[in-house]
Amino acid sequence: MAGFIFKRLLQAIFVVLAVTLIVAFAIRLSGDPAIMLMGGGNVTEKDLENIRQALGLNRPFLVQYLSFLEGILTGDFGKSFMGGTPVSMLIARALPATLLLAFASLITSIILSVPLGIYAAVNRGRWPDQLIRILSLVGLSFPNFWLAIMLVLLFSIVLGVLPPSGMEGPESFIMPALTMAVILTATNVRLVRTSMLETLSQQYIMVARSKGLRDRVVLYKHALRNSAIPLVTYIGLQFGGLIGGIVIVERVFNWPGMGTLAFDAISNRDYPVLQGTITVLALFIVLINLLVDIAYGLIDPRIRTE
Amino acid sequence: MAAAQAMSSARRHFRSLELVLGVLLAGGMTLAVLFSGLLFPDGGESMDLMARLTPPFQSLAHPLGTDPLGRDVLARVIVGGKISLTVGVFSVLGAVTLGTFIGLVAGYYRGITEILLMRFADIQLALPFILLAIMFLAILGTGVDKIIFFMIVAQWVQYARLVRGSVLSLRDREFILSARAIGVGNGRIILTHILPNVLGPIIILMTLQVANNILLESSLTFLGLGVDPLIPSWGGMLADGRTYLQTAWWVSVFPGLAIMFTVLGLNLLGDWLRDLLDPTGQTSK
Repeated sequence: MAGFIFKRLLQAIFVVLAVTLIVAFAIRLSGDPAIMLMGGGNVTEKDLENIRQALGLNRPFLVQYLSFLEGILTGDFGKSFMGGTPVSMLIARALPATLLLAFASLITSIILSVPLGIYAAVNRGRWPDQLIRILSLVGLSFPNFWLAIMLVLLFSIVLGVLPPSGMEGPESFIMPALTMAVILTATNVRLVRTSMLETLSQQYIMVARSKGLRDRVVLYKHALRNSAIPLVTYIGLQFGGLIGGIVIVERVFNWPGMGTLAFDAISNRDYPVLQGTITVLALFIVLINLLVDIAYGLIDPRIRTE
Repeated sequence: MAAAQAMSSARRHFRSLELVLGVLLAGGMTLAVLFSGLLFPDGGESMDLMARLTPPFQSLAHPLGTDPLGRDVLARVIVGGKISLTVGVFSVLGAVTLGTFIGLVAGYYRGITEILLMRFADIQLALPFILLAIMFLAILGTGVDKIIFFMIVAQWVQYARLVRGSVLSLRDREFILSARAIGVGNGRIILTHILPNVLGPIIILMTLQVANNILLESSLTFLGLGVDPLIPSWGGMLADGRTYLQTAWWVSVFPGLAIMFTVLGLNLLGDWLRDLLDPTGQTSK
């Protein structure tokens, strides 16, 4: 087990290095950030030199990269170009809003997809199964931001029952979380179904049935528990996609999270904030994947030797 | 027994329904977009200022209504599909070409190509594409070519992994060994014996990825990071329409429906193809 954890940890570190290298490299693709920052206005070479100095851009790339890494380790992502607030402070304010939304969406999606998936599995091949299958395909066929706009149209403009944007009070969670949950559910329903079908064909289920246990007990006590493991893993793997989706949906709801922070940074050309936001989100995703992998390895010994 | 037969017949019905719906939706949208130049020679740009904000289904001249500038929503939706389909098709063609080549080499010859490929796949799996695309497009600037480029860079690995897996399972099979034994060259074995056997899963993945990339492009454009906002596109229309959702809901509804019909059509076809070509489920997630 120690070897397995060590191997996964090495892989994670490797990925983290790759992410940070890509992020550090990205800013240099823009040509000279100093010129980008000044917007081509009335600037002298001396102004540009001062900016490069201030940003540390006149040092060799490797030195810059190492100091970027050092900054990540110490939680120092530099200061915002707008007003000089430390980037870490901005992130500390925005990250909880994004994570709260992520968990609200995940929980809603589990509540929706587990019963639906079981229902589809139990009715395999019959019309409820096919209907759920088609609905889940529909759920995967529109962009999340469009669903968000349609919910705003329905609940805020037509019915006037929910606030169209912002994060104030529990009711402001309903639309953003529902948006993400619908799309997550569309994938999870299929996963629950497949995994239930696999479990239901196992011998211990037949044994449970043959000793006369009621269907409901077999289903919920024996089958569901065993098919939950792949679901949990998959949810962990989905985390990256979930965060990516939330970043977009935040835009529609003016949700004060990482997405909004990143997009404000883009329109202000506030590169330290953009870099910091992307790096923190990517690290978070790598960490969650690592934890899920290790947890899975602990639960199911077959994974370790893979 | 009778129950099993009833089940499989219900299943067959849904299968053919999937195919018919998929072809109608994806094919219909593609045809409309291909002939958009004939249908709407003005490219959806002409402004009928007298008919600004016409609601849908009320005028024959503007069946889906007009936006606040008096531009026809139907025309813009059809013309806007060009961007989505271009990005969807060309990003996938690029990624599949690169990915299949590397996958074949990695699976057949193994060695360093394979090791590099698998490490690259690790990174790609851990990185949310949308976050990196946001950062790169924000810094590099927008454009159809850049979006297609990022999609190829981010997605070729999926094809390479799939192809490598199939090649590994094929390379020691008897028909390959006998081909080698009678002196057929490596290049010829790959092209005539291995490639045809991995085409099925590739075609399924391609169909689903075109759908996926249409969604991605619309998201990026909606965020202002994709296509130039002056060119009609589904994501761009939705970004516009959102600002006047209160007065003209139809401007936000129809481009979204267009995305949904196209993508749903492709997803249905992908699903149908998977049942047909890959019954053992190599490509299912």
